[in-house]
Amino acid sequence: MQNDLQIVYLIPLLPLIGFLVNGLGRKQLSKSMVSLVGCGTILASFIISVWVFMEVRGGNTHVANYFDFLSVGNLEIPFAFQIDQLSSIFLLIITGVGFLIHVYSASYMQEEKPEHFGRYFSYLNLFVFSMLLLVMGANFVIMFIGWEGVGLCSYLLIGYWFKKTEYNKAANKAFVMNRIGDLAFLIAIFWLISKLGTVSYNEVFSPANLAKLKTADITAITLLLFVGATGKSAQIPLYTWLPDAMAGPTPVSALIHAATMVTAGIYMIARSNLLYSMSPVTMDIVAYTGLATALLAATIALKQNDIKKVLAYSTVSQLGFMFLALGTGAYAAAVFHVMTHAFFKALLFLGSGSVIHALGGEQDIRKMGGLSKKLKITYITFLIGCIAIAGIPPFSGFFSKDAILLSAYTRNPLLYSIALFTALLTAFYMFRLFFITFTGKFRGTTEQEHHLHESPAAMTIPLIILAVLSVIGGFVGIPELFMHGGDKLGEFLSPVIAVHEGHAVTASTEYILMGLSTALVVVMIIFAWSRFRNYRQREETGFGKVLENKWYVDELYEKLIVNPLNKLGDFLNKVFEKSVIDWLVNGVGRVVNYSGRQLRLLQSGQVGNYVLLMVISMVLIFALQFFLRK
Amino acid sequence: MPINYYIFLSIALFSIGIVGVLTRRNAIIIFMCIELMLNAVNLMFVAFSKMHYKVAVTAGDIATTAGSEGQIFVFFIMVVAAAEVSVGLAIIVMMYRNIHSVDVNFLNRLKH
Amino acid sequence: MIPVLLILVPLLTGLATFFIKKESLVRYWALLSSLITLTVSVLGLTLLKEENYLQYKAEWMQTLGSSFSVKLDGMGQLLCLLNAVAYPLILLATWKSSYKRSNNFFALMLLAQAGMMGVFLAMDALLFYFFWELALVPMYFLCSQWGGEKRIAVTFKFFIYTFLGSLLMLIGILYIQSHTVNHSFDIASFYQVNISAKQQQFVFWLFFAAFAIKMPIFPFHTWQPDTYEQAPTATTMVLSGVMVKMGVFGLLRWLLPVVPIASYQWGDVVTSMAIIGMIYASLIAIQQDDLKRLVAYSSIAHIGLMCAAVFAENQSGMQGVMIQMFNHGINIIGLWIVVELIERQFGTRKISELGGLAQKAPAMAILFVIVALANIALPLTNAFPGEFLMFNGIFNSAGTKYAVLFTALAGISIILAAVYTLNMIRKVFYGETNPLTERVLDLRLNEKLALGIIVVIIFWIGIYPQLMLNITDGASASILKKADILPLIRKH
Repeated sequence: MQNDLQIVYLIPLLPLIGFLVNGLGRKQLSKSMVSLVGCGTILASFIISVWVFMEVRGGNTHVANYFDFLSVGNLEIPFAFQIDQLSSIFLLIITGVGFLIHVYSASYMQEEKPEHFGRYFSYLNLFVFSMLLLVMGANFVIMFIGWEGVGLCSYLLIGYWFKKTEYNKAANKAFVMNRIGDLAFLIAIFWLISKLGTVSYNEVFSPANLAKLKTADITAITLLLFVGATGKSAQIPLYTWLPDAMAGPTPVSALIHAATMVTAGIYMIARSNLLYSMSPVTMDIVAYTGLATALLAATIALKQNDIKKVLAYSTVSQLGFMFLALGTGAYAAAVFHVMTHAFFKALLFLGSGSVIHALGGEQDIRKMGGLSKKLKITYITFLIGCIAIAGIPPFSGFFSKDAILLSAYTRNPLLYSIALFTALLTAFYMFRLFFITFTGKFRGTTEQEHHLHESPAAMTIPLIILAVLSVIGGFVGIPELFMHGGDKLGEFLSPVIAVHEGHAVTASTEYILMGLSTALVVVMIIFAWSRFRNYRQREETGFGKVLENKWYVDELYEKLIVNPLNKLGDFLNKVFEKSVIDWLVNGVGRVVNYSGRQLRLLQSGQVGNYVLLMVISMVLIFALQFFLRK
Repeated sequence: MPINYYIFLSIALFSIGIVGVLTRRNAIIIFMCIELMLNAVNLMFVAFSKMHYKVAVTAGDIATTAGSEGQIFVFFIMVVAAAEVSVGLAIIVMMYRNIHSVDVNFLNRLKH
Repeated sequence: MIPVLLILVPLLTGLATFFIKKESLVRYWALLSSLITLTVSVLGLTLLKEENYLQYKAEWMQTLGSSFSVKLDGMGQLLCLLNAVAYPLILLATWKSSYKRSNNFFALMLLAQAGMMGVFLAMDALLFYFFWELALVPMYFLCSQWGGEKRIAVTFKFFIYTFLGSLLMLIGILYIQSHTVNHSFDIASFYQVNISAKQQQFVFWLFFAAFAIKMPIFPFHTWQPDTYEQAPTATTMVLSGVMVKMGVFGLLRWLLPVVPIASYQWGDVVTSMAIIGMIYASLIAIQQDDLKRLVAYSSIAHIGLMCAAVFAENQSGMQGVMIQMFNHGINIIGLWIVVELIERQFGTRKISELGGLAQKAPAMAILFVIVALANIALPLTNAFPGEFLMFNGIFNSAGTKYAVLFTALAGISIILAAVYTLNMIRKVFYGETNPLTERVLDLRLNEKLALGIIVVIIFWIGIYPQLMLNITDGASASILKKADILPLIRKH
């Protein structure tokens, strides 16, 4: 019987059609038509995703095969989609949050020229399409197609304002850094092919095949996949592209940070959780890398003054948390955090977009302040976002972050304490941002002050919806402690994600941990309030300057990798190519020329010379014959 | 007399001829040196011819003609040398008429 | 019948072109000829697929053991199709370029096409050599007559260099022929030749020299950037799009199956050369300020990957190489079209002097970006399946101990490829315009058409590569069977 879910191809197809229509018709279509097509296709995908989710909840999972993508020898890679618990959750997040961002964009980008407006929406649709391909693919190759696709779209969108060289450089950086990760991913795929001869999830993760793999192979494959994930999900060492990606329009940042792209790495590891669970070494590396990234990004975020940069580093930091969760085996918690993070990060980015919009493009928080009076809705929703990310109950961030912290605690108290410290930093920098922006006196120009206005409804309604989601989103994953069977999400995901077996902690310990983190977060918020409620600008010195300059990591990469490669290329181009290789090639010609010229001298025309030569040759021949005879 | 003495003499004559040809520039002297080399060869032919004959006679073959070919060759060479002398001298005379010299180093028209 | 037509159509129309005196007519005549060739090639692929249509054999030089034997197998199909598709595209894209003595120009172009067709079709070593040179000679005249300022010196080097390679190959061919059982040049006898491993090595390098120079792979590549730079663009398109594939093709048809043991023994060395070349060429490409040289070096890097994949000697690598030969040809022609356009409009190829073209010429920018992204093998474009299979082939190569290392090193070049391609796009198309690029004109109809067709092919193959893979399936399997050295080892 044909499974109903066979028609899931519509979910990615619709945004693709939106991309084609908007892309090809960008000169003919009016702005309202473009936004209608752009948002409409995503909304339709969202509705289908909801239906798919209902089907999956009803127990109907399906692998939809469409055609042979690559079939060579024994290797068969079908173009197929896999609909199960994990992908259906991601479908909801991507299309749902994606739709809100589309609606918001329609208003935010209103001042663009019609053809650029069309281009923008076509890229946006393509972005959603690629991300959908990534999560829906039934094998690693289809995932890889989406994986590179989102890299491409981020490149296109970061460089959307292509007149500015800086933006284009940021776009190139994003693409190239992603490609480094992609290469590792690709090699992992080849490794799987060489060991198992297949890349389909169902076959790779079947017990028979897993048993065939040696531990060394599993470690290599999972590590390579993880390197791929560090590229896409902005972890050490490949995280520096994400903060630079702020060059794109603000809704794009929201899309990259919340709904698409950066969650790809989490999805990939959650998808391959069976493999990861078999390699403790990789798990440790994932956990420590995630934690280090979380801490590093949080320290940088403390001293940033660009509203979007702070949010960008907070994303890197939160992603670090998710990897910590993955590394400690709490896959469901990671997915849970992806979801809540999608809500509040989208909210924060769109809120910051609203602020930037109101200030006519100003992004420096030192020139903001006191915006709470003029931008009421933005102010309130932004506050909700900050509370959610800081993790105060009962906002969504609390539940997901708590699940991660708990998982870290069961693994190793040291992990827990560093993670807790990072969480406190998160609360501090988020509220620093919040107080500097919205409280105190306005520090911009008077012209900007007159211009201050709340954003139109098309922008505020998505904010409100996301704010509501940020408040209630956590209730799908209430810990067992509070409510029996409250962890609906974990339960839902259990068929695809192996249940984490840590040593259980007692109820009292759990209460203490929760109380501790909540209390400390509140303390942090009050501290931030006392310091930044009336913010005045100061020059950073000492360690603060190091943080403001992001630990000089970009400069380090420049010095250690980019410059030497450029120098090497320059040397090869200017010196080696011409003076060695071409010299050798031309040398053959020169030898022929030279020897010709030298041999010509023998023909002197002097009879005596000829005779002499004859005599010498004869003597030589006799001598040769004489010696050779023996 | 052992054959060695003839060989040494012949080699000496031949070498003198070669050195003469190589070092002298006067065409007539070169010509004479060539004659010298030919005669060195002639001497060798005659010496070996006698040696072969003697060996055959000692072996008991009284009526032998062994070694006579060598002497026939000597005649050939002498004839050729005579022909050569007549042609060569004619060339030298022509040369003298044209460039008023018998120095062969002026004869490098092959190159120039 | 089909293979004979594929050779005869361009050959005869080409010869006839010499006598067309009317300038305006020549272009149409050449286009017509190339379209007929394309039709024949497509017919061979679709309607007339039976064996007897696809091969032809006639007596040629019986006493020497050579015959006029041509055949279209899967690999030949694909390359003939490339050759047949490339010509109309090239003619269309350069429709507005004017040449002095244009009848001679187009005649030589068509003769080169005939030569290349012959190379892809020949089933007789002497015939193969004959066509190999036949393709080279028109190229020599095309470059030296219609090229840039330094054309004489550059063409001389190109000709001598490739000719040297061909002569070495001829020695190899004669050597093998003298060792065949029936002293025949026929490919079947070549495949059955029984020579020792030592002799094979000797023959291997003779053949390999010709193919390595033709492809070219590091360090035999120095003729290429200069030639691409100096040759007229239409010729450069033929050279880079189709002719360099003759080298890879030669490896597949005349090297691996004929001297399998030596190919196996030298596999590591050749693969290392190819991979060093990939990284080397990519690093140099990053530094290039000249558009043509940049594309030339990128081509060296891509060809290096094909060469490495050939020596992986497995089905995945083999099929990847075959479809990539086609795809690379299509993509690089697309790149040249835009480069030529830029050079004609501004009189410069210096990247540093350009900028901001996307503002004034969006169609050019969009189409070029698509082609450039295809060139760096983004998924859902045509180069992805090819590169994926090739990398997979290299990784899974049974013949080497260093498969993982090779794959990782070769993979670095795909990162570097992204660097130089995106930098070039950024500097040429993005940013602000300058006085020079202010007055850029967008694509004209003929160029739009050519690039449009290329983009359609890019996505078509990118989304459904299986179509192409099915064509070459049998051919690659049979090459592998002949190149398999296990039975040989057992025999010795």
